[in-house]
Amino acid sequence: MLEFIPVESGRLILRCSASWTRDDPRPSLRVALDELHSFSADDVVAIDASGLTCWDSTFVVFLRDLDKAMRAENRALDCSALPDGIRRLLALANETENAGVARRNTRPGILTRLGERVLAFWSAATDMLRFVGEVLLSVVSVLAGRNPMRWRELAFQFSSSGPSALPIVSLISVLIGLVLAFVGAVQLRHFGAEIYIADLVALGMSREMGAMMTAIIVAGRTGAAFAAELGSMQANEEIDAIRTFGIDPMSFLVAPRVLALSLAMPLLTLYSDLLGMIGGMLVSCGMMGLSVSEYYHQSLQAVGLVDFGVGLLKGSIFGVLIALAGCMRGMQSGRNSAAVGKATTSAVVTSIVAIVVADSILTVLYDALGW
Amino acid sequence: MAGAHIQVRDLTMAYGDFVIQHDLNFDVNQRDIFIIMGGSGCGKSTLLRHLVGLKTPAKGSVTIDEVDVWAVGPDERDAVLRRTGMLFQSGALWSAMTLAENIALPLKRYTRLSAVEIRDLAAFKLALVGLAGFEDYYPSEISGGMKKRAGLARAIALDPEILFFDEPSAGLDPISAKLLDDLILELRDSLGATVVVVTHELASIFAIGNNSVFLDAESRTMIARGNPTELLKHCEDSRVQRFLRRGEIDA
Repeated sequence: MLEFIPVESGRLILRCSASWTRDDPRPSLRVALDELHSFSADDVVAIDASGLTCWDSTFVVFLRDLDKAMRAENRALDCSALPDGIRRLLALANETENAGVARRNTRPGILTRLGERVLAFWSAATDMLRFVGEVLLSVVSVLAGRNPMRWRELAFQFSSSGPSALPIVSLISVLIGLVLAFVGAVQLRHFGAEIYIADLVALGMSREMGAMMTAIIVAGRTGAAFAAELGSMQANEEIDAIRTFGIDPMSFLVAPRVLALSLAMPLLTLYSDLLGMIGGMLVSCGMMGLSVSEYYHQSLQAVGLVDFGVGLLKGSIFGVLIALAGCMRGMQSGRNSAAVGKATTSAVVTSIVAIVVADSILTVLYDALGW
Repeated sequence: MAGAHIQVRDLTMAYGDFVIQHDLNFDVNQRDIFIIMGGSGCGKSTLLRHLVGLKTPAKGSVTIDEVDVWAVGPDERDAVLRRTGMLFQSGALWSAMTLAENIALPLKRYTRLSAVEIRDLAAFKLALVGLAGFEDYYPSEISGGMKKRAGLARAIALDPEILFFDEPSAGLDPISAKLLDDLILELRDSLGATVVVVTHELASIFAIGNNSVFLDAESRTMIARGNPTELLKHCEDSRVQRFLRRGEIDA
């Protein structure tokens, strides 16, 4: 496919023949250069591609690399006999070759990266605080009537984060109630105290699991949706468009979402508490031989209003945290599809971490307060 | 050359029951720069989507290199369409990949080139469109005009025989638009490719087009075809004249 033919003194012909496409076996640049080195360094190399039946970019790339390598050795390559198309492609590619475009910096040193991490962490923390503050201000301004309340948007967000979540919340809550009852039953049966399954499930659901499980479902459902929606609005410059009309995107987009989820979460939590207890009842009555009315009365005795209040407070706080995390990640999202995906993931992770941390703090706090 | 490079016969395009264009008949010859023109919303881009195999015709046929694209099986269709390249309106670069990776993806998938060769080829394609040195940039880090040129580099990654362009000059300043037009001409000449362009930029139409079809939004079909410059001189239809003269018809 490639041979060097000395024609006269000081002149070499590089004859290329047969087919030279990406599907053919091609000689490597190094082989060609090695062969070239057996000739005098002063020879001018002329390319003859008349024997070439078929070529594609791989041939042009080869010539370009050959030219570069030869130039580095102060050898001359004569391309004038090449077909017109190849010569034009080479010229086009070399036009900008030496335009001196700044290449991306190479990887910085470890200290630099460490410093950048610390700075990034610090600015992320301040951004988070600033966002929470802005949300608070925007919610207050909407509630105080300084910015119009978007009732329709609020209703839509409420319905898509609340009632629409009922089926999945029902399923998960019943199953969690079942699991709680099972775990309790195994222990309590030793003492013949199956009746206390009702206490266990009622307290467990109302104080802890109802709020917790609902929050995790909502974080995956609504929190992710907030981040994805706001993130794609950011990517499409829709949020910028809102700003150009002098509308504050925080009170326009974020406030209705935060308000809607703050309203929906406590209701979902209560619903989850109830369904969990029903799940517990299924186990107790179906497998442990308790009657429905026994279970009902035992549950009534076990929990007071305080227990529901405690769970409700948790649920409400989780709701605010999820809405904040979802909206924050969405608003901070970059302007491309990968960034929207990252924002969504990060919204769910942030929500769940925030939920668990807040849950621990609240549980300790309740204990200290004796609730 | 026996047949035209692309043949469109009795093509009717529709979204459900809503007919966008009906009974389109035209040929695109080898090495043509073929312009699909017409007012906004007449279905130019939809026609392009039919030609590149993104949408199925409601009726009629699209034949590329004597293969009826919609009569053959999906494997054969993919094989034909792999010999075409498309530049989308805003580049449609994959944002999670660098420019070099964008160009490398089809090469990795459809060729057995080594990683080094692919890297070389990607660098070469970027150099062809004037983006040498931008291999490791992400699409979000470059300007709109550069995105378009990078999209073009990706479209020519597999050395296609047919290049499709959707509004190449939209959103570009006149100088960049002119440079892109020159690039299209240059690539047509050096690669020997056939080019199909959707545009309503009159400057581009006359500068690069040597064949065209004019789609009308009202009658929902084509009302003229041929060399745009010839159409300007000889076409009798007032709708075509109005379009080609920016609405100013001399008395």
